[in-house]
Amino acid sequence: MTLLEGLTPVAPTGLFPLAWLMIAIPLVSAGLLLVLGKVANSFGHYVATLAPIASFVVAVALFADLLGRPEAQRAVSVPLYTWIKTGSWTIDVGLLIDPLSILFALLVTGVGSLIHVYSIGYMAHDPGRRRFFAYLNLFIAAMLVLVLSNNYAVLFVGWEGVGLASYLLISFWQHKPTAATAGKKAFVVNRVGDLGMTMAIFTMLAMFGSSSFEAVNAGASKMSPFWVTLLGLLLLLGACGKSAQVPLQSWLLDAMEGPTPVSALIHAATMVTAGVYLVVRSHAVYAETSAAALAVAIVGTVTLLAGAWIGTSKDDIKKVLAGSTMSQIGYMMLAAGIGPVAYPFAIFHLLTHGFFKANMFLGAGSVMHGMNDDVNMRHYGGLSKVMPITYYTFLMGYLAIIGTPFFSGFYSKDSIIESAYEQQPVLGALALIAAGITAFYMTRLMFMTFWSRKRWQEGVHPHESPAVMWVPLVLLAIPSVVAGMVMNAWIGSWLAPAVNGEVPPNATWLPHITVIGVITLAVVILGVVVAWLVFGRTSIPESVPYTRNVFTIAGRHDLYGDAFNEAVFMRPGEALTRGIVAVDTGVVDGAVRGSGALTVGLGGGLRKLQNGYVRSYGLTMVVGVIVVGLALVIGRLV
Amino acid sequence: MNPNYYVILAGVLFAIGIVGFLVRKNALVLFMSVELMLNACNLLLVSFSRVHGNLDGQVASFFVMVVAAAEVVVGLSIIVMIYRARHSASVDNENLLRY
Repeated sequence: MTLLEGLTPVAPTGLFPLAWLMIAIPLVSAGLLLVLGKVANSFGHYVATLAPIASFVVAVALFADLLGRPEAQRAVSVPLYTWIKTGSWTIDVGLLIDPLSILFALLVTGVGSLIHVYSIGYMAHDPGRRRFFAYLNLFIAAMLVLVLSNNYAVLFVGWEGVGLASYLLISFWQHKPTAATAGKKAFVVNRVGDLGMTMAIFTMLAMFGSSSFEAVNAGASKMSPFWVTLLGLLLLLGACGKSAQVPLQSWLLDAMEGPTPVSALIHAATMVTAGVYLVVRSHAVYAETSAAALAVAIVGTVTLLAGAWIGTSKDDIKKVLAGSTMSQIGYMMLAAGIGPVAYPFAIFHLLTHGFFKANMFLGAGSVMHGMNDDVNMRHYGGLSKVMPITYYTFLMGYLAIIGTPFFSGFYSKDSIIESAYEQQPVLGALALIAAGITAFYMTRLMFMTFWSRKRWQEGVHPHESPAVMWVPLVLLAIPSVVAGMVMNAWIGSWLAPAVNGEVPPNATWLPHITVIGVITLAVVILGVVVAWLVFGRTSIPESVPYTRNVFTIAGRHDLYGDAFNEAVFMRPGEALTRGIVAVDTGVVDGAVRGSGALTVGLGGGLRKLQNGYVRSYGLTMVVGVIVVGLALVIGRLV
Repeated sequence: MNPNYYVILAGVLFAIGIVGFLVRKNALVLFMSVELMLNACNLLLVSFSRVHGNLDGQVASFFVMVVAAAEVVVGLSIIVMIYRARHSASVDNENLLRY
């Protein structure tokens, strides 16, 4: 095992100067769709679907180029222009295409393209279809800015761009109050994370005079322990907001109010994993501070347990998947927190999760499409017969996520659990338990949706979705199965130089049998069996059964995350604002109104003098003259 | 002659003018009171002109007379107009310019 030095970016050659096209194409497409208006209603979605496909082609070309290069030249820096030049600071806009960012670009554009195609079918009858596709393109462009930029300031532009797209798409059906509220909630919670991000960027600018990855990587080792830990924690706060990690997890479950393709693309496959990208990208910072790295690992572990817990008790199919997303991102954060050994695994799991979770979300969308947009799994059942393609593709995702040997999730998740167990035995053990819970809630989902007896509501006639929807499902199911085998031997050595990671020893496409691996498999089987005992043998009630089980009740209430936020932040915040309002009306407004009232009163008193009687004016003059005269006389005397 | 008598006479005339101005209602009478006060001033100006032995005071009194004549023209025409409009020359009725 060798610890490799980070890559030094080389100048762009060949196709690389054109890398900005990846971002520009979807951005232009989004702009066109929004500007053209109704004219584009008939063809807008085709334009919007071609845009990420074009970006994907560019990404594949660049990827092929990188593959052909020697290892030391696999990071290419593409300077574009100078954004801010003030005083001693210069912020350049530039792209960094290295083994890490190109994988993200491929995931975003590849899965993004499939989801665009799927959306053509899913949103076919929606009056806002053009707007929807414009926002999706905007998201793709912003996400590519996020992963391709070569400094934190530009990364933050993309970071906010995906936040905006996420907000717009969660509350896409804004006529539903729940959707509008969910969008706002995501926006507000993300602001908390953004506070961490901005403070981190300020810290970098203050410490290094630059926010570029190069400067930060070079300078991190020279920082004082306090500042480097603070920087690590601030970045973690940013990552928590975007990746829905505890304690900023509450927005993700509500984000399921958005259309299902959005949940698949933004809230499962790509945007929510940006936090993991951020942590891995900031590897130089976390290498200097074991405290912050441990915090990352703990946050990841807490989240992976919380997400799995929530997943076990929800009846809304999308919320189960959302809990599962939280949980899987928790695994990635755990890996990112463990350190160089596990960085490649974090990205590996991110990629496989991108495939199988997007696959399952789109499958859930297909199921909802057939069930008149009902999301309650208690109204499903027996769908494996009527929706065979959806069923089999979903099954692939299911087998992948629970970690069935030879499926993609098996390789990535087991690697994480193993390395976690080696570095932090407690966290590793918790991650292992969560693997069992994952198997339990996913099996529950399968029973409730596809396997048990029919519990369809009146007037619901499930049917298979059109080809435009199931073809992307099939295309996503394939990597859900094989991505692990294909990438297992390769990804470690590919990523290690870029993230300063360690090359894992002799990984092959064959599962690496270890004690931990066997125990994990046993725990997973246990989870499946328990789920079968609870949900497979007995029939599933159509209404939510009463329970005294505190775990279930807590899970149904999202572990009281909202109640906690309400009690700790919202109520005191409300009290504070009420206090400020009282001070404002009492003191500030009081002073203003008081001086006004005083002037009015004075004027009211004085105007009485204007009584309209000539003689009173005359008398006033006489008195005045007498006073002036007396004053003169007295002045003369004195 | 002792100039004190003239000063006292002017003071008396002025006081009558003030009191007339303050207590009477008829606009014409008020006008006459104002003229009385002006003439009291003229009397003083002429008297002190004599005392000092120059003509400054007399010049000033001519100014006062000319201005008073002009003022009478304007003032009387206003009073006539008010009388035509309201059939009264009482100043107590002309109280529109009040709060």
